[in-house]
Amino acid sequence: MSEGTKKFLYVNRKAPYGTIYALESLEVVLIGAAFEQDVQLLFMDDGVFQIAKGQDTKGIENKNFSPTYSALGDYEVTKMYVSKESLEERGLTVDDLMPLTYEDEDDDWAEKDSIILVNKDEIAALMEEQDVVLSF
Amino acid sequence: MLLHTVNKSPFEKNSLVSCLEHAADGSAVLLIEDGVYGALKGSALADKVKGAMGKTTIYALGPDLEARGIADKVMDGIKVVDYAGFVDLATENDKVQAWL
Repeated sequence: MSEGTKKFLYVNRKAPYGTIYALESLEVVLIGAAFEQDVQLLFMDDGVFQIAKGQDTKGIENKNFSPTYSALGDYEVTKMYVSKESLEERGLTVDDLMPLTYEDEDDDWAEKDSIILVNKDEIAALMEEQDVVLSF
Repeated sequence: MLLHTVNKSPFEKNSLVSCLEHAADGSAVLLIEDGVYGALKGSALADKVKGAMGKTTIYALGPDLEARGIADKVMDGIKVVDYAGFVDLATENDKVQAWL
């Protein structure tokens, strides 16, 4: 990482569609990535619903922006932290989430998982180690 | 009878729990928008929702379930309706109480 690069954590705590937070967060994530910052995403509380598999918004006539999360690997956003406790509280497992991957240029472009499950203590540590925390 | 609608996530607001506690026997509860997360089977709230099924009939709006990717995760006993079903519920009942 070059000089002027900061560690950014985007904390996503809202469900998609009901409010504009999830979509706005995604817009800002893409801006951060375009400026070659060290961007990481955290999905916790209702934010885990943002990356739920099988979203189909035809019936509510809203834009389905969930496929964009799958493209973030191409913008070198390769770390998507997901709260274990938040999944459990909602009766979800990692299998209910979209598969999010990236190609590792340091490992012959091998496809690797972007999703990293974390517990409360790991989230606390994750927030502490950032330069900037953006909350949505 | 009264039709109750709930449009907030039960994991973020107490609208659903409050609605279920205050809905009269025989009334209808319709989950819409982020309220449909209350229909999730196996969630921390599932027992509370199940417990209310005896006295109220609980519905969830299909297009909102599909948008959120949870149409196949709805607990047994919840009736899924489309927009026309929403209109039917609104006309069959005397009035609508929206839990925001």
